[in-house]
Amino acid sequence: MARILVQDAAFDLAAETAAVTAGRVDVGGVASFLGVCRGDDGLAALVLEHYPGMTERAISRIAEQAEARWPLTACTIIHRTGRILPGEPIVLVLTASSHRAAALESCAFLIDWLKTGAPFWKREEFASGDHRWVAAKAEDDEAAARWTGAA
Amino acid sequence: MRVLYFAWLRQKVGIAEEEVAPPAEVRDVAGLIRWLAARSSGHAAAFADPRQVRAAVNQDFATPDQPVAANDEVAFFPPVTGG
Repeated sequence: MARILVQDAAFDLAAETAAVTAGRVDVGGVASFLGVCRGDDGLAALVLEHYPGMTERAISRIAEQAEARWPLTACTIIHRTGRILPGEPIVLVLTASSHRAAALESCAFLIDWLKTGAPFWKREEFASGDHRWVAAKAEDDEAAARWTGAA
Repeated sequence: MRVLYFAWLRQKVGIAEEEVAPPAEVRDVAGLIRWLAARSSGHAAAFADPRQVRAAVNQDFATPDQPVAANDEVAFFPPVTGG
């Protein structure tokens, strides 16, 4: 059962990592992806909007697919919403398994699918006062698509 | 029927959600888009380029031919950009 959080607040990578191994000795590897807000082109902040209800539902489905495909001992997905400043974390995917391949592959699968399969939208705010909605990238669709087909 | 708008679709329509009662000939997502687009200049602007619009019916991603019914929650939004 995955731990899924959608929240404005920051999260603690070290505490989340420690939690997936606490009290057990069957975990051989923990993989994590931490997405961080870049400050390109005078970006002052990212504002993340989502579809409450559908977001949690969509992430749960993606996590269920990962848990069905790889033998995971833990799966944690935390996605922030609201106003995020350059340098701050946006998203955490943490997977644990007895062996490293399952942890690494499922972590990559989850972040690829989060980018294309969960209802979040990023708006960029610039120091100049300009605002711009981030456009979806074709390469994100391609990254997610590589997980379908040959398993 | 409850209709929700997100991101720039919300900004163009000018509201985050509305209750609507489309006529019986509105049977699917594509038909609902055509009907909504005629409601105001804001709606028309939001749906001007249907290729940039994605939809969900009852909180699942939906294709244009997905049926819609009176008690559904239908959401419209741009392609997602999370992660």
